[in-house]
Parts: sequence; C-alpha cells; structure tokens
Amino acid sequence: MKMTNKARTFALLLIASTALAACGKKEVKDLPPVADNTTYGNTGDTVTPTGDAIVPGSQEDFLQSVGQMGDRIFFDTDRFNVDTADQAVLQTQAQWLARYPNTRVTLEGHADERGTRDYNLALGERRANAAKNYLASLGVDSSRIQTVSYGKERPQALGSNEESWAQNRRAVTVVVR
Amino acid sequence: MKQRTSILAWVFLLTMALLPSTIRAQVTPTVASNEPELIEVDVETKVRRIAVPALVAPSPADTPAGNSATLGRQIAEVISANLRNSGLFEPQGPAGIRPIALEEVTAPQYDYWKGRNVEQLVEGFVRVGGDGNLTVGCYLYDVNFGQELTRLGFVVPPREWRRAAHKCADAIYSKLTGELPFFDSRIAYIAETGPKGKRVKRLAIMDSDGANHRFITNGQSTALTPRFSPNYKSILYLSYQDGNPRIYVYDIDSGRQRLITASKNPTFAPRWSPDGQTILYSMAVAGNTDIYKISVNGGSPVKLTSAPGIDVGGSFSPDGRQIVFESDRGGSQQVYVMNADGSNQRRISHGGGRYATPEWSPRGDLIAYTRIAGDFRVGVMRPDGSGERLLTDSWQDEAPTWAPNGRVIQFFRTERNTGKTSVWQVDLTGRNERKLPTPVDGSDPAWGPVLP
Repeated sequence: MKMTNKARTFALLLIASTALAACGKKEVKDLPPVADNTTYGNTGDTVTPTGDAIVPGSQEDFLQSVGQMGDRIFFDTDRFNVDTADQAVLQTQAQWLARYPNTRVTLEGHADERGTRDYNLALGERRANAAKNYLASLGVDSSRIQTVSYGKERPQALGSNEESWAQNRRAVTVVVR
Repeated sequence: MKQRTSILAWVFLLTMALLPSTIRAQVTPTVASNEPELIEVDVETKVRRIAVPALVAPSPADTPAGNSATLGRQIAEVISANLRNSGLFEPQGPAGIRPIALEEVTAPQYDYWKGRNVEQLVEGFVRVGGDGNLTVGCYLYDVNFGQELTRLGFVVPPREWRRAAHKCADAIYSKLTGELPFFDSRIAYIAETGPKGKRVKRLAIMDSDGANHRFITNGQSTALTPRFSPNYKSILYLSYQDGNPRIYVYDIDSGRQRLITASKNPTFAPRWSPDGQTILYSMAVAGNTDIYKISVNGGSPVKLTSAPGIDVGGSFSPDGRQIVFESDRGGSQQVYVMNADGSNQRRISHGGGRYATPEWSPRGDLIAYTRIAGDFRVGVMRPDGSGERLLTDSWQDEAPTWAPNGRVIQFFRTERNTGKTSVWQVDLTGRNERKLPTPVDGSDPAWGPVLP
C-alpha cells in the first residue's frame, strides 16, 4: 500500500513533467498556467513567467529542464532507498548538472509529520544523502552537492493524510548558483 | 537586565518538630526512590479539600509589584492554582471564602473551617520590609486534627513574589503527598506561530505554570528542541541560524550563544547530563546519525554509538551512569539503554509499534517515551522495559519531559491537519491532563529542575 502511494505520486509527477515538457524549453515568454490537469497545482516555489529570459544554469532553468516535479524524489515511510523511478528523476537532474558544471546544488531532505522531530531530522539527512550519492554515482562531483535536512519542519502538502505525507517524504534538489 | 536574586529560606523558630508522626504517617505515602525493581508505581490519587484564603498584609504598602494586600491575594491564587493543577487537591479560595485576620495565621479557627468541609488549611502573611523585600509566611494546618503540619517563610524581592507562592505550594504538596516538590521550576519550549507550511518557531521560556513568559529568539531562523541546563544559566537548542541544523548553547545572562562543536556536520537532539558537565548530541555524518558526548567546556567529542541505523536523542539516568536512547538499527525506532561510555547497548522496548524520544525520570524509576502505533501517545516504562503504561490518547502526543519530582510529565500535542501545537501536562495516573497556557502555540517543552 505504501508502494501504491509512492507509485501514484510518481505517476502524477510524470504527468506534470510531460505537461511542462510540452511547453518546450524555448517558449519561456509565454508559459501556460501550470499543470491545471493535475491535482498538484502550483508547488509554491516554481517559476513565475515574467517575460524575462531565464538565465541558463539558474534554478529557473533547472526547473524548466527537469519538469515541475522533476526536482524531487519521493520515499516510502521511514525509507530512504532510491528506487528505479527516483533514478530516472535523478538521471535527468544529472544531465542538467553535466550541462552546467559550474553550478552547485543543495539537496533538501524532508520527512512527513508522522515521525518524531529528532528522528525526522536524521531521516531527512539519510534521504538527502541517498539522493546525493546517486547523483555522485552518475558522475556529478559530490563537492558540488551539499545536503540539509528539514525533518518535518517544511511540509509541501499540508493535509494530514497519506496523499500529503507521500508528497512530503522527499528529497528536493535546489540550484544554489 | 538579569535577575539573579535567590530566595532566602527563612527558618521559623518553631518548626514542625511539634508534628505528631502519626499524622505524617497518615498523609504520607511511601516514596519509592530509585527502586527499578518496584512492581507497582506508587501513584498518589487521593484528592484533598484544602482552603487557601488570601494571605494577610498586616500593614499594606506599595511595592514595585503592586500593593502588598493585592500580592497577598495573588499569592494565594497561585498556591490554589498550583494545587488544583496537580490534580491532587480541590482548593477553595481565595475567591469565595472569607479573609482572615493576622491573629488567625498562627491560631486558625479550626471549627469554622471544619464547617467549610475542608481537610487542610493554608494561611499566611505578606510584609514589606525596610529594604523593600517581601517577607512571605506560609502555614499549613490539618483542620480535623487541629494541628500545624508545617510552616515556612521566604524573603523575596517584590518582582519574584510568584516564587514565594510556588515555594509555599511546593511545601504543601510535598507535606501532604510525600512526593518531592516541582512547582518552583521553569520550562524552555518552542513558541509557534504562522500557517502549517510556514511555521515560525522561536525559543521561549516560562515558569512551570506558564507565567513570566519570555521569547528568546526572534523567529528569523527556526529554533527547535531546547533544554535548560541544570543550573538554569544556559539553554541548549537547535537553530537553523546558518542554514543548517546546529546545536547552540545560549547563555541567558549575556544573551550570547556558541556552537557546541566546530564540526560542519549537522548536529541535533541536544541533552545535558544531570550534573551539567556533559552534553549529549546526535550528529549525521554522510547521512548516518550517531550519538556523541562532549564536555560542556569543549574538547574532543566521544562517539557513543556506531550502528549503521539512526541512533538519536538520549537521556541520562539521574546518577549519570546510563543513557537511554532511540535507534532503528533493528528495523524500526525502539528504545535502547547503554552505559554512559557507550558499552552494553541493549534494547528495552518490546511492546509492538515504534518507540521514540525516551526520557529518564529524575527519580530514576521510569522512562517516558513517545509510542507510535498509528497515533502518537506518551507512555512510561521501567528502565528494564517492563510495566509499560500509556498515559495519553490523542492523534499526536510527542516528546515527554519530566517534572523535577518525576511524578508529572509535559509533552506537546499536534492537531490533525492544522498542525497547531500546544503544551500539555499529565500526571502518572494519566487522569489529570491539562493544557498549559501559552501566548501562542507551543511544542518541544523541556522541564528544568527545582530552582535553587
């Protein structure tokens, strides 16, 4: 049942990625409203189309390239393993990182609210490092990757239900510069 | 800005030498001190009817904290509230009962109070001295036996009048229940505001009853998991001040803080040893979290655990020889005990579900924890893992902390969906549960020892 949740999260992620990919990387000046056909909507830290060109190698460029939910991987309860779906996401991220070798990223590890505070900080560390190690295995210099755990302090989805918790058990890649 | 005034205990000439031991035996249950092999936890449940009229102010005078007559009533209010909140008393007054005359303080009208159907009576006075300090006298009587049970006096600066009230309530509570005192103590906790997705978390401190509240950090960076040092001079806590979770020692007098270790790795879950000389903390290295200890004066940290799983938290036994901690080395969060040098690590929780945030009682007889089996509940078990009892039943009760007497526990409760938090208190019967008054939401309470 946990796998089901995770599979669903990933499936929605694919829909979001596909929807965004359909926009085309070059048409930055006229992005349609984001992902109306998914249940996710705006994640709060996505690109706001402004009419200005997106700077290559920036966080905005990264999100454009990997897709709206392509900046993150999801985990099952208390787990931190990178499964095949996660690997696909991280491979896309690694391709972008290979294109911009001077960029650095922070991997944020998060947990859902159904864990105790200290344990969740430790769990977020594990998740961030699991993602980091996989990126490193794809050839990304690990000195370009720093990690930070937010435990359960920064939930993405605000409900107290399996769907929200599945979205919150995540490792998110953020471009630093 | 620091108030470093200590209460001067003022010994009356006639102390409780007069008290017949028969009365004491009747009102005093057995105190089980440091007896882990105890089969039953001896929990006091009798509720006593006690009258607390306003303290008399013989010649009322103004003080920086208000008129002494007003203070006399306020002190009685605090005593009454403390006793009621302990769950072991049913106080009357000061509102709704007649004021007493000064002569009554040493010569109570037992027949009148018998008519009010009370078993005990607290009387006292407040005097303003030439130096501006308050002298507070506090007398406890057994109404049915017509006997004085104890009397105490305190000299305090007017701004610390609540401490005299707490000391008086502590004396009454201890005398009548046989338990150690706990009212005159303080709490460090995290004050929370803002929506669930963008919570502002500030370090704050308050008295054990929620009074004298003070915010310490301004909320610009997230603060978590504070712990008062045993001497109340500093607070260990986690801050994201530099962007990463790191443990700082905050000095209350100077307002300055420092990192406990120069390591660039994230550190969290800070704890003090009972003597305040050692800091226990958890540190993640390349994703793997283990427990370390370091002298409060710095030096080299000692790594206590090395399992590939998450080893986190920890709490010293009161004698400082053992540490209870949590680990998922066996597949899920469970409670383990080890010697203070890291040797002899063994699992003690076996009840099913996950066990987290163990805290050793200051009395040594019990370990409190969060049990995760669907919902989060606070429970206690003996240090060998036996005698497990759950004390709360809510959606998410987390992170117990012990009152200095090891008979009351605070924890925080998270509300489903909204994420709103509040600090709660429960006694070992599990029956006397109440929410603490905090100006905003609250989490991560940490109870300090009885004030010196």
